Amino acid sequence: MRLLYFAWLRTRIGTAEETVEPPADVRTVAALVEWLKSRGPNFAEALKTQKLVRVAVNQEYVGYDHPLAPGDEVALFPPVTGG
Amino acid sequence: MIRVQREDFDTGAEMSALARGHSGIGGIASFVGVVRAGAAAERITAMTLEHYPGMTERALAAIEAEARRRWPLEASLIIHRFGRLEPGERIVLVITAASHRAAAFAACEFLVDWLKTKAPFWKLEETATGSRWVEAHDSDDEAAKRWIAE
Repeated sequence: MRLLYFAWLRTRIGTAEETVEPPADVRTVAALVEWLKSRGPNFAEALKTQKLVRVAVNQEYVGYDHPLAPGDEVALFPPVTGG
Repeated sequence: MIRVQREDFDTGAEMSALARGHSGIGGIASFVGVVRAGAAAERITAMTLEHYPGMTERALAAIEAEARRRWPLEASLIIHRFGRLEPGERIVLVITAASHRAAAFAACEFLVDWLKTKAPFWKLEETATGSRWVEAHDSDDEAAKRWIAE
């Protein structure tokens, strides 16, 4: 699974992109975020406020209950500020 | 038509090119977003726009398709820049062309409102004292939401 981080999530986590193999019981976005928080204080700090962490799977916005598949591209980012 | 680019754009040239060959056009509306320096106390020296290559193009195309579903547009264009921009530089261009002004105005405003809350861009402002990420504004959410019921 390919993970992408943007804006202050990228700077707080300390990487823009990584490939991970989460445990088999990580089947939703919510479970992925919980698992990521356990990977270190940088993740726990960056992901602590759920409403500030928006998610896209395969480049489409999704909710936290969205299911995940092994080959997915999952992006985590703060609320967008276009225009 | 949508474009995501680092380079600046020429509003007049884009407007002429978009309208060319569309004899049904009776009115063209446009919006240009510009980097604002802000008040003296917190004057920004630059703004860097980060985006999500791939998803940005898909999101802009979806927003444009939604506008064209709602209004009878003859032509439309969204150009959104990324990278480091200084105060006064252009960030975004939206052009909508229709046979009558009402559709052109409404679709243009709709596109700008939806860009704010749906296009995956993030803004890092630089000031004399450091840099900070621009937070999403509730007022932008409200502006985007008022189109949902329509």
